Amino acid sequence: MVLKTFASAAISAALALGVAVGLAGTASAQHRGGTLTVGIDGPRHLNPAVQSGNATGTPGTQIFAGLIELDENFEAQPYLAESWEVSDDGKTYTFKLREDALFHDGEPVTSADVAYSLDVVKNNHPFGIAMFGAVEGVDTPDEHTAVIRLKYAQPSLMASLSPVLLPILPKHVYDDGQDIKSHPANSKPVGSGPFKFVEERTGEYITLERNESFFKKDQPNLDRIIFRIIPEKDQQARLLALQSGEVDYFPFSGMNARNVKRLQDDPNIEVTTKGFEAIGPTNYLEFNLRHKPFDDIRVRKAIAHAIDKDFITKSLHLGMSTRLDGPLHSSSPFYDADALVMYDVDLDKARELLDEAGLKPDANGTRFSMTLDYPTFHPESGKLVAEYLKPQLGKIGIDVTLRSSPDFATWANRVASWDYDATMNSIFDYPDPIIGVHRLFLCDNIKHVIWTNTAGYCNKRVDELLGEAASATDVETRKKAYSEFQKILSEDLPLIFTNEEPYTAVYNKRMKNPPLTVWGGMQAMDEVYVEDGQ
Amino acid sequence: MSSLFEIAKRIVYALSLVLAVIVFNFLLIHMAPGDPAEVIAGEMGGTTEEIVASIRQSYGLDQPLLTQLWLYLKQVAGGDLGYSYYFNRPVTDLILQRLPATLLLVISALLLAIIIGTALGVVSARRPRGFLSHFVTVLALVGFSAPVFWTGIMLLLLFASYLSFFPVGGMYSMTLEGGFGVKALDVLHHLVLPMATLSIIYVAQYSRLARASTLDVLGADYIRTARAKGLSEAVVVYKHALRNAVLPVVTIAGLQFSQLLSGAVLVETVFNWPGLGRLAFESILRRDYPTILGILFFSAFVVVIANLLTDLAYRLIDPRIKAGASS
Repeated sequence: MVLKTFASAAISAALALGVAVGLAGTASAQHRGGTLTVGIDGPRHLNPAVQSGNATGTPGTQIFAGLIELDENFEAQPYLAESWEVSDDGKTYTFKLREDALFHDGEPVTSADVAYSLDVVKNNHPFGIAMFGAVEGVDTPDEHTAVIRLKYAQPSLMASLSPVLLPILPKHVYDDGQDIKSHPANSKPVGSGPFKFVEERTGEYITLERNESFFKKDQPNLDRIIFRIIPEKDQQARLLALQSGEVDYFPFSGMNARNVKRLQDDPNIEVTTKGFEAIGPTNYLEFNLRHKPFDDIRVRKAIAHAIDKDFITKSLHLGMSTRLDGPLHSSSPFYDADALVMYDVDLDKARELLDEAGLKPDANGTRFSMTLDYPTFHPESGKLVAEYLKPQLGKIGIDVTLRSSPDFATWANRVASWDYDATMNSIFDYPDPIIGVHRLFLCDNIKHVIWTNTAGYCNKRVDELLGEAASATDVETRKKAYSEFQKILSEDLPLIFTNEEPYTAVYNKRMKNPPLTVWGGMQAMDEVYVEDGQ
Repeated sequence: MSSLFEIAKRIVYALSLVLAVIVFNFLLIHMAPGDPAEVIAGEMGGTTEEIVASIRQSYGLDQPLLTQLWLYLKQVAGGDLGYSYYFNRPVTDLILQRLPATLLLVISALLLAIIIGTALGVVSARRPRGFLSHFVTVLALVGFSAPVFWTGIMLLLLFASYLSFFPVGGMYSMTLEGGFGVKALDVLHHLVLPMATLSIIYVAQYSRLARASTLDVLGADYIRTARAKGLSEAVVVYKHALRNAVLPVVTIAGLQFSQLLSGAVLVETVFNWPGLGRLAFESILRRDYPTILGILFFSAFVVVIANLLTDLAYRLIDPRIKAGASS
């Protein structure tokens, strides 16, 4: 029943999209021209194949095209690949490439470029193995046919072919023996996407111009995109730049709830929470399970009973965020609300659980002391929630000392070296849990690296379920595995998920057709146009 | 002979100072927790053990600290400031790319501060107990006490956000078309607020200094003589007193040039001004050791050279310093 509703919603959305695309197609000639100014964080370079993150991904997906694009429903749509077939055993994917696609230097895009790019990503991207570990090889029977062969079925493969994760690189430019991670072409990239690289001044701006020979007819609309570097932490600067019209669009605004409210009142500005589904940012309280008493499940449950998540989302975040009770973001197709074990706010129960765990209050009412770290990013979910937890956990006799970090490196180093009791933390789920979620829970991923299983959680059943979900060919089997996984995680509570990070994109209303698929700003802006054509 | 020896000694001192600055900065920066591999992993939303290890290896971060220091010193001695871990390009290029913006900001702010500071000081010295004098005193107190980033944000809110007189940040309008003149005017337009912010603190200092030295000069015999000759008060103050009164301001301003560089870090960050200061700030957050060390080395070098030249110039100009040194 649920599935049926989902399917019909998907069909109507697809129809609506079809109409919208049709309209955009006919109207594109009159929308031609103009410059869009986009505000981003400063990227290291512009090659998403070896550098993940939105600072590279946003300009990178304008320059590089990919085999497919994901739509609003996580469905693959043709891009460089005009059609594809998947074998019944889910181990062979055959892609037919467009024959009219050219790189910006005039060379054609061929299957050899696809094979080369996949190899680069697999071996150099931070999620390369998670995404393409199952790939045995890519065959290139002819220039426009690429066959990806897998050792075992990997259901996340199509999502991993998005341009931001697998940008198709020109083999003739990159494959010259130099190290791909420091290749000079990363800063002067040549792709086959809708916009060509023109100029970059480090820390200032990046200019792209219309690719006149883009393979999608009559696209893109814009003449130029200028990416202005305004760091996400300079919220005030971003706010002023947007309101003064100096920047049209911040795909990853980084605005706190108060600034978002302020922008919502501005008649020239639009704020949206759409376009972050493929990223799926979640926030949680992470315990170092090696430290006592966090190894005791009763203590973790007691803490869960003390946290009022509705207070966090409604009062601290002014209703901008959504509460989260399990390890998957609610936009994930595998999210299962019914599987989750919920903890009502019940301080007496929390105290009882602590009593049972042998943590009786001393003369001051203190049962035990702990240090709580918080990261420098996502201050609304990290710092603010940590500040809320200090008095809140104090009510059940836990003496919390907050420990701030002056910068990201300090915090990441503490967590990666397991030098913490508990920390607020965040992670991106990415379009499939295989890419973003598994890394936090697998027994063999307990590493001294940030955003691995730093908590030190190990449950054989969870490993089995994740293994099953990572190799099953049919969606139903995967759903079943993920449902049980969500149930176990919400029972075991190695991490207490608090809320989904309220990401927003903000843009001036002169910008039309903003990119709002599951990848938001990290997709081609070929259909974007500006109203006055300036 | 002894004077040549003195000069040689000064140069050796200066070189040892630069060496000490490099070693000290190197050790200090490596004491901060976290390294570039972790920062890069952070910006990518995650990574694997292998990738972290390969980043550390390619930057030589897996070597013992003293080995890293030795390699760095050898490199700097060869005139190479190394490669930025973060941007993968030569640090010298990054510094040279950012230097003009910082020089423009710092020099214009210094000149503005000297002109306005001196003018306010002299004007207020003419009537030491008058309204204007008290007004300048209060202004100086506020200007000197207010943190520069706060002043910057307030100016930004008032003149860029509410009144829209000036742009909110950056150094030029991206979409502006036109010739050199148009672009130069555009840069000046962007320069006004950061320049004003950076100069306020020095305007405060110089106005106090100019006020005191003008009062001092106005009490001198030759001023009394000038007045006795029947010259107008304006001629007395602006022709006879001003040139002497401004001397201490110019001396102090020269010495403070290096301090302006540190003020530029904050101003450049507030106004998104693409200079060295912001590069330094961001490189610290990113643990981009070669870039931070390069900028610190560069600024230390400039300051040491400036001091050395001043010292040598004094010796040439003022015989008393020479005599003092040899005695």
